[in-house]
Amino acid sequence: MAHLSKELYEKCKSVVALYPEARSALIPLCHMAQGQDGWLTSEAMEDIAELTGVTPAEVRGTASFYDMLHLEPVGKHVVALCTNIACMLNGSMELLEHAEEKLGISAGGTTSDGEFTLEESECLAGCDKSPCVQVNHRFFGPLDDKGFDQLLDDLKAGKLRDDVPSHGVLSRVDRKFPLALSPSEIAAERVEMETAKSQRDEKRKISEGAN
Amino acid sequence: MAVTTFDPIVSRRLRIPNSHTLEVYLANGGYVGLRKALSMNPEDVAAEVMTASLLGRGGAGFPAGRKWAMLKNDLVKYLVINGDESEPATFKDHELVEKDPHQIIEGTIIAAYALGVTQAFIFCRGEFALGFERLQSALNEAYEYGALGRDIFGSGFSLDMVIHPGAGAYICGEETALLESLEGKRGYPRIKPPFFPAVIGLYGKPTVVNNMETVSNLPWIVLNGGAAFAALGEGSSAGTRLFALSGHVNRPGWYEIEMAKTTFKDLIEHPELGGGIRKGRSLKAFIPGGVSAPWFGPNEMDMPLSQDAVAQAGSMLGSGSVVVMDETTCPVRAAWRITKFFSRESCGQCTPCREGSGWIERTMRRIEFGAGRMEDIDLVLDACDNISPGLSWPPKQTTICVLGPSIPSSVNSAITMFRDDFISHIKDGKCNYA
Repeated sequence: MAHLSKELYEKCKSVVALYPEARSALIPLCHMAQGQDGWLTSEAMEDIAELTGVTPAEVRGTASFYDMLHLEPVGKHVVALCTNIACMLNGSMELLEHAEEKLGISAGGTTSDGEFTLEESECLAGCDKSPCVQVNHRFFGPLDDKGFDQLLDDLKAGKLRDDVPSHGVLSRVDRKFPLALSPSEIAAERVEMETAKSQRDEKRKISEGAN
Repeated sequence: MAVTTFDPIVSRRLRIPNSHTLEVYLANGGYVGLRKALSMNPEDVAAEVMTASLLGRGGAGFPAGRKWAMLKNDLVKYLVINGDESEPATFKDHELVEKDPHQIIEGTIIAAYALGVTQAFIFCRGEFALGFERLQSALNEAYEYGALGRDIFGSGFSLDMVIHPGAGAYICGEETALLESLEGKRGYPRIKPPFFPAVIGLYGKPTVVNNMETVSNLPWIVLNGGAAFAALGEGSSAGTRLFALSGHVNRPGWYEIEMAKTTFKDLIEHPELGGGIRKGRSLKAFIPGGVSAPWFGPNEMDMPLSQDAVAQAGSMLGSGSVVVMDETTCPVRAAWRITKFFSRESCGQCTPCREGSGWIERTMRRIEFGAGRMEDIDLVLDACDNISPGLSWPPKQTTICVLGPSIPSSVNSAITMFRDDFISHIKDGKCNYA
């Protein structure tokens, strides 16, 4: 009995089918499992291992490399505050101090009500809106102390539900189409393209020779 | 030098409402370049890109046409688009993926056609969740529209494309680490030789890896010809480029600028570009091309935004991101924060990078927070020298990939340009900027 819901399990299978090798789907599937559970559980990793043809240890070993994949439970809202150079120049380190005080946790921690996890992040590519913050990987900024407090209030009050899905949901849009071509068709098309090209090369040689 | 006027290329749709939808894309010249490309021979499309002298927009600045020409012929080969933009202060691909995903898809199809590839992957940085959603929607629309899948626009050419998410690792912007990640592994860069992607790439097959902004130029190049692109800019810095401006400027943001015709001063001070330094303060230093690049000072302000000129002056245009630091900036703190980034993002394979970055970071932190010793300055430089011997430019490499040799840039710049600040931190036992 799989841990992933039946519907999600089927969706995972369709993602695996997009790749020449099943293991390529490992990270997309980790995201999808996080979308269901909010973090990457051991049970989900067992399913992913089965779906991609590797061991659960290989899934864990791979996932642990990546900042976005959480191997432990996190809060409902993961608030990532960038303190890299562009944001730092615009006061993000001071904003982080404020955030820590406001939430009563240090970066890396989760509030006792499970509402917020605070992360000090590296550059999120929102430097024109610095200091910039991501909540469940959706952008906000530029933020000052007041703006940050307002953001927390809005999140708690559920005002941003349309913009900020629950933690772990990477994409609310699914791919609609399976691959159009089967591997044998791809091979046939490539042979055809190569033949056409060598014929063109041949013609070019003849016309160049004639000049 | 001046700010030149021209019709924008990659950014022309970015300010149009709903520019991410097929409807708006088609109403603004979308998929016309692809139709033209499909009416040409693939090698003629590649020839136009060679003529355009289009330099890769990811950071290394290698000519895209030459990269394509290096692709080993094989019945199975792949095209991978690098949208893992994570170089600090770089945010141009972020704009392109959220505001013009169809342009990326169209450019990718054109590249695939020119290269004879039948399966392409777009690797989108995981933190760009909205961008990923828009790219996925655009992909669905493109399949429905007939721009992807079997027999595209009745041309006989077929292509499948997959949007693949990253999961948060700077190193995956390095092309071989990206391929590892795409294969479902940890993002460990591969050793080159033998793993040049053009020969041994994705699944061991010949692979071209192009940056998102690079392929975003292709629809325009095909439509207007490579020569028209090369006519913009100057010399090897052809065309226009999306620059990301951040830090202490009045108008941080992205600006499409004709290469080599505009100076850093123009970019930072022109009222329609950076709009000058905030609060009328003066410039202390700026980073010309992402945090891997050595810093410049006020003396380099008149330099053109040209790949060659910046390289000759001992830095790089890199990822096209310019960070402005005004007189109130503590150089020790800035360089420490950049080193902390590298220390956190080092993949850990090579000793000089893994150990060196942490060592430099801890020493820099000690100086910034007032516990530094006078010999720490030389210690930091010595550690830098162990990662990149001689601290020359371009940097020498002791590691598998270029993350390692990027570490010394900022630290070395800060010490060379602002040694007095380091000394006062140590003497006074505190940061006088705080």
